[in-house]
Amino acid sequence: MRAGGTLPRWAELGLVPLLDVLCAFLAAALVVLAIGVSPLAVLRAILAGALGDAGALGYTLYYATNFVFTGLAVALAFHAGLFNIGGEGQAILGGLGTGLVALALDRVLPGWLLLPVAIAAAALFGAGWAAIPAWLQARRGSHIVITTIMFNFIAAALLVYLLVNVLIAPGSMSPETRAFQPAASLPLAHDGLRALGFAAAPSPLNASGLVALAAAAAVWFTLWHTRFGYRLRVMGLNPGAALYAGIPIGRMTVGVLCLSGALAGMVGINEILGVQHRLILNFSAGYGFGGIAVALMGRNHPAGIVLASLLFGILNQGGAEISFDIPAVSREMVTVIQGLVILFSGALAGFSRPLARGLLAFAGAALSRRAGAPASREG
Amino acid sequence: MPVTIGGFVRAILVVGAVSGPAAAAEAADIKPAVVFDLGTKYDKSFNEGVFNGTERFRKEFNVPVAEFEPANETQFEQAHRRFAQRGQDPILAVGFNQASVVDRIAKDFPDTRFSLIDGVSKLPNVQSVLFREQEGSFLVGMLAAMASKTGKVGFVGGMDIPLIRRFACGYGQGVRYADAKAELIQNMTGTTPSAWNDPGRGAELARGQFDRGVDVVFAAAGATGLGVLQAAKDAGKLSIGVDSNQNHLHPGSVLTSMVKRVDVAAFDSFKEARDGTWKGGVSVLGLKDGAIDWALDDNNKALITADMKSRVDAAKADIISGKIKVVDYMEGNSCPP
Repeated sequence: MRAGGTLPRWAELGLVPLLDVLCAFLAAALVVLAIGVSPLAVLRAILAGALGDAGALGYTLYYATNFVFTGLAVALAFHAGLFNIGGEGQAILGGLGTGLVALALDRVLPGWLLLPVAIAAAALFGAGWAAIPAWLQARRGSHIVITTIMFNFIAAALLVYLLVNVLIAPGSMSPETRAFQPAASLPLAHDGLRALGFAAAPSPLNASGLVALAAAAAVWFTLWHTRFGYRLRVMGLNPGAALYAGIPIGRMTVGVLCLSGALAGMVGINEILGVQHRLILNFSAGYGFGGIAVALMGRNHPAGIVLASLLFGILNQGGAEISFDIPAVSREMVTVIQGLVILFSGALAGFSRPLARGLLAFAGAALSRRAGAPASREG
Repeated sequence: MPVTIGGFVRAILVVGAVSGPAAAAEAADIKPAVVFDLGTKYDKSFNEGVFNGTERFRKEFNVPVAEFEPANETQFEQAHRRFAQRGQDPILAVGFNQASVVDRIAKDFPDTRFSLIDGVSKLPNVQSVLFREQEGSFLVGMLAAMASKTGKVGFVGGMDIPLIRRFACGYGQGVRYADAKAELIQNMTGTTPSAWNDPGRGAELARGQFDRGVDVVFAAAGATGLGVLQAAKDAGKLSIGVDSNQNHLHPGSVLTSMVKRVDVAAFDSFKEARDGTWKGGVSVLGLKDGAIDWALDDNNKALITADMKSRVDAAKADIISGKIKVVDYMEGNSCPP
């Protein structure tokens, strides 16, 4: 049925990530135990805080939306063999672009016209920010990993400069712009549900959640059902072969990274148009880096990324909720738990593969014994 | 069950408030919560001052206080909304960073009481508490100038915002009031909220000022100030703490502290809610109210001479009586030279 060292596809895509996460939770449980708190109570607080009611679920999905965008951004570039670590900066620029459009036009345009323009601006600014490192890589051979990281810092500094010196609302002490007019707000999920007759607790989940799902579908279609996607994957699997086949590597590099940057830039619409309704500092809050872990965990497949984003959304929201319920678990503790999950499912990904193999062999043996046949030796 | 009881008591309280003031003075069962400012809770300064106040309230009245330490700007809104949804009341917002968020959330939860330290909201269910930091800064400025042997004193601010320039401006006025020839060197740590939590950079700025001849430095920078105080101790210079009384951190090196009683503001806000005397609106607290002061205790008594003490006490009385006018930077966004 299967060759010696490999696992069936379902186990590779489903069982191994699941075991990775379980191992992470076990390690986290030990840490929690060490500070004298019951791990079960923490787990319950995380799950109740993240999935317990409609409001909590809304928060979880709102966080997940950001991770879908940045996870897709990383995965798309990764399929082309490019490691885009600049999601953070591209998200900042996306928010800046969408915020500038909202500030300039929110008193002029009606919502149905303003929002598409603002969303397009987020994509355009994110793509533009990725285009510079992409061009440097394609023309000058400057390594994309280095340049995109550096561009994260430049983006953060640019946002600080603009908010502190140019865009700050008059009379405000914190570096933030004036609040947008209501026309520049993406529809909120609970408002939509209310219009349909369902009462739902308010949460920041907004229309960009749907944009994220559409983006996941579009990435899947692009990668596996278009000529561009085929070239992209060839380039990732074997750049030499791609070059020999006449695929324009330079132009592809710029194109792929622009798409990747546009995806990361969409974090800006969720945060700025969806939730904050003003431009503030640090709204990217590490989602760009989180996207790397999400893509690793989701095995660079859009469906996997959506699932991994859900897990990260649960950790983010549940993690924020723990501090309400169990004061002994401080903010730093929550970061440790999240870090362990990332460590086990990201850096140590597949570390539980032998365990999965053992489990499968054991299950196989048990099944065949039940059927009366001698245990298979190949597992 | 506790929720029902709490709601019931509050219902009685509302009825009481309508029927007569006597009933309103009954202690209510409240569920207070606090959302700290960025940085950390244990900054030995601003946040920790608030924490000391809420901790005192918790112990004195045996009422649990829910807390949240936000990791970044986007979490303010979630924290306030979740607290309000869980029926926490009153909710204390610490720091000017939360002003716009409180403005928004207080509108969505008109029955929840919010107290905002260092920020202003005009909504009826928000109590805004501001301080006249320039008055206390003036006094520690005088002390700095009198303690300085080189005639050069320093100032290290946290984030460069009007509020911190108000500290710097009051400090400078006090320095010149005590010694017209004294020179003031000032630095700000940064332009973003991370400037409140960067002790390394604080120490660097302080060392830079020492190299230029400064021998007394005032840090108004949250946890960044810890680095300033440490650098002063290491270099054998004097420092001035802020917000909480920081004299005990390095006895003999911390000249004094500009005390801003955020602990009292936090305690009072919860206590008023408990007593039914909580009122919305803006209050501005200063020397007169004892909310701003300079700290003198066993740790710094050897550093303050009788002459210094009498001059500062005289100036304090003059500020309270209005004889000395300390210019507030935020009134005209400018400081007298």
